[in-house]
Amino acid sequence: MSRISTLLARETALAWGKGGGPMVAVGFYAGVATLLPLAVGSEPERLAAIAPGAAWVALALAALLSLDRLFERDYEDGSLDLLTLSPVPLEIICAVKCLAQWLATGLPLALAAPVAAIALGASPQLSGLVIACALLGGLAFSFMGGIGAALSLGARRGGLLTAVIVLPLFVPPVIFGGGALASLDSGLPWKAGFALLGAYTAAAVALGPLAMAAACRNALS
Amino acid sequence: MIPAPAFLSNPERFMAFSRWAAPMFGGLAVVLAIAGLWLGFAAPEDYQQGDTVRIMFIHVPAAWMSMFVYACLGTASFLSLVFRHALADAAAQAAAPLGAAFTALALITGSLWGRPMWGAWWVWDARMTSVLVLFLFYVAYMALRAALDDEAKAARAGAILALVGVVNLPIVKFSVDWWNSLHQGASVFRADGPTVADVFLYPLLLMALAYMSAFGSLWLVRIRGEVWRRRAEALALRAARA
Repeated sequence: MSRISTLLARETALAWGKGGGPMVAVGFYAGVATLLPLAVGSEPERLAAIAPGAAWVALALAALLSLDRLFERDYEDGSLDLLTLSPVPLEIICAVKCLAQWLATGLPLALAAPVAAIALGASPQLSGLVIACALLGGLAFSFMGGIGAALSLGARRGGLLTAVIVLPLFVPPVIFGGGALASLDSGLPWKAGFALLGAYTAAAVALGPLAMAAACRNALS
Repeated sequence: MIPAPAFLSNPERFMAFSRWAAPMFGGLAVVLAIAGLWLGFAAPEDYQQGDTVRIMFIHVPAAWMSMFVYACLGTASFLSLVFRHALADAAAQAAAPLGAAFTALALITGSLWGRPMWGAWWVWDARMTSVLVLFLFYVAYMALRAALDDEAKAARAGAILALVGVVNLPIVKFSVDWWNSLHQGASVFRADGPTVADVFLYPLLLMALAYMSAFGSLWLVRIRGEVWRRRAEALALRAARA
């Protein structure tokens, strides 16, 4: 257990500090949220209609941003080789890495999400669900994104490839989260979408590490 | 294990089998397509959709194939990942562009059909979106394989991605139920029998069989090509070493 907590501390420190971390993700998020009214027009009624969804999509894009640092750095400096030698299974290591990434970017983004949604004109009553969706969805984004990051290890133009691999995987959580938000916004039952988002996240957390570990072993072989 | 892959897993037997099976499937596909199109054009106009209903004979089988080919890709990837079988990997690699082509055909004909029927080239409903996502999965698979230089690594990374993508197939089906949409619900594979009239159903099934045969033929041809390419590469390496 102490091995895992040490690993979590290391990964979180790396994800939090050193060129990136929460500020870059939140900054990127703010940038996307700023560009949106500039492109769509600033009429409140038009913006309010798309605000929850737009805030949600911007979140998915911001989650994409930090993925290339998830495995790439450890792969290049050899730490990943060392980590595979440890008695902790590689699956757990991958899960801890994703968890640390979620702590460093998903958590701050979830706190920023309602601010962006309200700034775009969403009703403040949505804030609770926006945060909950962003927390749950962020976990799914981290774990599904980790698969893409691990698969594109050692590839040419890995960052772009990660995005191509990962964006289709982001579709279900984006649908379910966006569906829940849109339902609450129009006064419909929102629990189904939220529950489906939770189910998808649970599946991603359970199965994602298996794929990630297989991909890492393949890249290191 | 499934008998057919077991029999064909021997490369020599596969090459002997595919040598005559590929042209045979191809010929069968041509015959079936001619019959299906003939019946399709002979079918009366639909009372609601008029002549545009004939797009169905091209569109619906392509949409079925887009999912069927992904299932083939997933199965081949599984066999290649578990048994490390080179032929299974060649099969997966060969299936991906074919599946992407069927998916693109389904999307394009669907768009052409949607314009006169719904008044829009594209509607963001559940099924169309899921087929688009399926297309993106094919693209991601091919991009990943192309980006990795080491062929053995590319094969295994691709197989992992294909298996991750298999999760997407049930969601394609599921999302139709979750989202109420403009798109027609399932009308052929239903518990109470098909709701399509026989005059439309027979050409549709003939076309589906034609697509299936065409895929079988092209798949075998592409696997043979891949086997030969690898053989040629191995020979070139051996010649370079000598």
